[in-house]
Amino acid sequence: MSTREFSFVGKPGPKVDGLAKCMGLTKYADDLSLPRMAYGKLLRSSEAHARIVALDTSAAEALPGVYAVLTGEALPTQFGIMPVSQDELTLATHKVRYVGDPVAAVAAIDEETAEAACELIKVEYQPLPSVFSIAKALAPVQHAQDRIHEDFGQGGNIHKVVALEFGDTVAGFRQADHIAEDLFFYEGNTHLPMEQHSVLAQYEANGKLTVWSATQTPHYLHRALGVVLDIPMSRMRVIAPPVGGGFGGKDDPFSHELAAAKLAMITGRPVKITLTREEVFYAHRGRHPTLMWIKTGWKRDGTIAAMHCKSYLDGGAHGSYGPASIYYTGALQTSTYQVPAYKFEGVRVFTNKPPCGPKRGHGTPQARYAVEIHLDKVARQLGLNPAELRRRNLIEPHSVTVNWLEITTCGLRECLEKVSKSSGFNEKHGRLPEGQGVGLAVGAYICGAGLPIYWNALPHSEVQLKVDRSGTVTAYSGAIDIGQGSDTVLATIVAEVLGLRPGEIHLVTADTDLTPIDLGSYASRVTMMMGNAALQAARRMRDKLLAPVSRQLGLAAEQLVMKNGRVYDRDNPQQGVSFLETVQLAEAEQGPLTSVGSYTPPPKLGDYKGSGVGPSPAYSYSACVAQVHCDRETGEVRVEKIWLAHDIGQAINETLVIGQVEGGVYMGLGEALMEEYPFRTKLGTHKIPSMLDYKSPTAKDMPPVETILVKEYEERGPFGAKEVGQGPLLVVMPAVANAVYDALGVRIDELPLTAEKVLQALEKQAKGGLGRVGPKELPPFEFPAAIRVEPPEESP
Amino acid sequence: MEAEKTVLRLKINGEIFDLVAPVHKSLLEVLREELGLTGTKHGCELGECGTCTVLVNGRPVLSCLTLPIEVQGQEITTIEGVAHNGRPHPLQTAFTELGAAQCGYCTPGMILTAKALLEQTPHPSREQIQEALSGNLCRCTGYLKIFEAVELAAAQLGRSEGGNA
Ligand code: FES
Ligand code: FES
Repeated sequence: MSTREFSFVGKPGPKVDGLAKCMGLTKYADDLSLPRMAYGKLLRSSEAHARIVALDTSAAEALPGVYAVLTGEALPTQFGIMPVSQDELTLATHKVRYVGDPVAAVAAIDEETAEAACELIKVEYQPLPSVFSIAKALAPVQHAQDRIHEDFGQGGNIHKVVALEFGDTVAGFRQADHIAEDLFFYEGNTHLPMEQHSVLAQYEANGKLTVWSATQTPHYLHRALGVVLDIPMSRMRVIAPPVGGGFGGKDDPFSHELAAAKLAMITGRPVKITLTREEVFYAHRGRHPTLMWIKTGWKRDGTIAAMHCKSYLDGGAHGSYGPASIYYTGALQTSTYQVPAYKFEGVRVFTNKPPCGPKRGHGTPQARYAVEIHLDKVARQLGLNPAELRRRNLIEPHSVTVNWLEITTCGLRECLEKVSKSSGFNEKHGRLPEGQGVGLAVGAYICGAGLPIYWNALPHSEVQLKVDRSGTVTAYSGAIDIGQGSDTVLATIVAEVLGLRPGEIHLVTADTDLTPIDLGSYASRVTMMMGNAALQAARRMRDKLLAPVSRQLGLAAEQLVMKNGRVYDRDNPQQGVSFLETVQLAEAEQGPLTSVGSYTPPPKLGDYKGSGVGPSPAYSYSACVAQVHCDRETGEVRVEKIWLAHDIGQAINETLVIGQVEGGVYMGLGEALMEEYPFRTKLGTHKIPSMLDYKSPTAKDMPPVETILVKEYEERGPFGAKEVGQGPLLVVMPAVANAVYDALGVRIDELPLTAEKVLQALEKQAKGGLGRVGPKELPPFEFPAAIRVEPPEESP
Repeated sequence: MEAEKTVLRLKINGEIFDLVAPVHKSLLEVLREELGLTGTKHGCELGECGTCTVLVNGRPVLSCLTLPIEVQGQEITTIEGVAHNGRPHPLQTAFTELGAAQCGYCTPGMILTAKALLEQTPHPSREQIQEALSGNLCRCTGYLKIFEAVELAAAQLGRSEGGNA
């Protein structure tokens, strides 16, 4: 199946929206402006945790050039991305929960006036005890009013606790010949998209609200606007212009979006709010700092008998995607290895820091990092090559995991083989000169979440096509291109079916007035879900177009080929008609030519509390080898090269797939070596809310990357395709950490893996110690008894 | 609040623009807000990311840190002025063909910085490209396709020069 002939699918090619971006013509949210537009600004809390005792906006209101000042009372309805995390207010009313928490909003004639007005707003705070660490957040809270959320969570500052056991882990560990245990800490970091968040809202006299926003999830924003502003969704229009990078940082509905809309309603003017870079750090929703414990039991033959994982997530001040994030730190360990018995316990706490959320990989990079380093250590303990240990445990294609994930195709074995071979891993491992080393890691990721964010039985993605007598083909989709290439995927799929070039397809995207629903650019869902919807719509259009031609030529529709702008006889290509004639014949016969397609993921197999997180139509697989050079004197780690094999199913556009791999590697290297999101623990202020201080890799830091695509045709994917936006990132951090061990014999069980930590570990090693830097203990916390789930009969 | 204003005459992409703008406005703000040249982007407005790069007399400058008054009478080039009579520059086609623009937000700054490099050093090494672009952050691509695009454009420019000679 994977050897099918395509005109465009699977080939390298430009993005359909690429040239406009390179010419500076693409209009992002902040590039829009309207006549009479006002500029909005948010006043943000200077306190980490405090009661608002008094709020006086009179001086700000009196400032010439100020159109309106908004405070929390005007928007009393709480919101949040998940039905179980409705814990945010547009503007704080009674208390603030982190430095940067929005307290008031101003609309004014220009940005400077809006800023000056914010400074004139007097807020009197009464500080409350604040919490910045996981350990402290787990401790009981003396006074209920000191809790970060008095009405949310599971007591104290605990947001949510989960405990699940699949099969009998006690028996599993009892039968094991070897048991290993490890602790890891993954520091938080942030998305840092180059585009700052921006929104423009306009309210018309007829009561219709239009919002343009730099969002990855226009549909969820639409819902939140409806709830908070108390306007029916049918009276609103939400448009997502092309997004200048998201990585999960623009997945939530945000205060600035809701405040701009309300200010537009109050002032009767269009209102734009663009966050400063510092504010983008406060909007955050980045990687959860996560403490992890893992224990595995092994049989003599090097196979896993049982696995037990615990994770402790620092959630920051709000729920956000947190309930899903916890599960994601436990759900996918079983998607790469056969685990006969598995236990997972997780807890997410509230702290007085900007809320964490779904950064690229969403909860799985932390867990993958822990598992893959742990396996590297176990391989050594068992005297096996790390690649061989993994080979003995790989998940089988077309199987069901112990926690009820349905695995369809799995190219992991091939990924592992190919990446080992092209990197020379087996020859290099343990044999490179002092200071040089190689490390290996494998991983898997979902191709879209099986369940939507809010429960409903509706399709996750819908596409419409319109074709008319001019030969114009227009595809309408709610999917939003955040740089990942969803526009190109849409155009390529439609073009492939109709025999046109991708650049010939007109696209209308992410505009709730014009386009049908797509749930958004998150969870690596767009190629799978929008792609399938597009494929269905295109095939239906093809059927409509071919019917009259088939009659005219006296040939069965199956005998006809649509290619190169023509429709012709498969066996006699000369006999045929042009695409334009085809369209005109069909329109004459059928009237307006439209077709629709939609996609709903297959139902999940598991039926336990929490079984909604992890299921996906399919899983992508990756394997990575990192080669590093470490300097014993300075502790500096230089990545010399990355090899990454990725099971893509089928590339829709190969250039874009490789681009996603390289971008994922880049972001993974940033997380591995330098990116972190630290706080001043006394003041609760972010240490580095600027691009200068938040270290991220530059052009000089990027090593060469060799991408190997494994194409295991996936029945459920459009043309066999799977995801690539997130999976390749997961394996980079552990591969680098394992390579550092191979180079120096030290274990840095904590990210980022900085020179300072390497030196510390080397010092410990020199003193005859283990040469390890990382967490030493778990905070005292009793998980509740785990819910026991029987594994599927056929599971490993 | 009445901001103090100043009269400016700017030469942008070969055209003269006369305007009155608040004195404190940066070149970035004047380009985007006063002249509607929104091709120039911003990622920090503090001189930390390179996104707002434009060329002044062929040299890259950060428009967020530049006051328009300082560059009066000089040749300012923005991304809108890189194409010639609507025909994209080889850098623009190379970036497009090779997928060097993903979200595209860093792209105008990257292309202008690369253009300045190629004018100084028509056949840069990979290291020279990395060095030249090290002040322009990109969060999407991992830079590799950008390097390749600059190399491709260099080769194409070299070829067309050869053809003209
Ligand atoms: S916007 Fe000018 S350097 Fe970032
Ligand atoms: S392409 Fe998105 S930041 Fe460079």
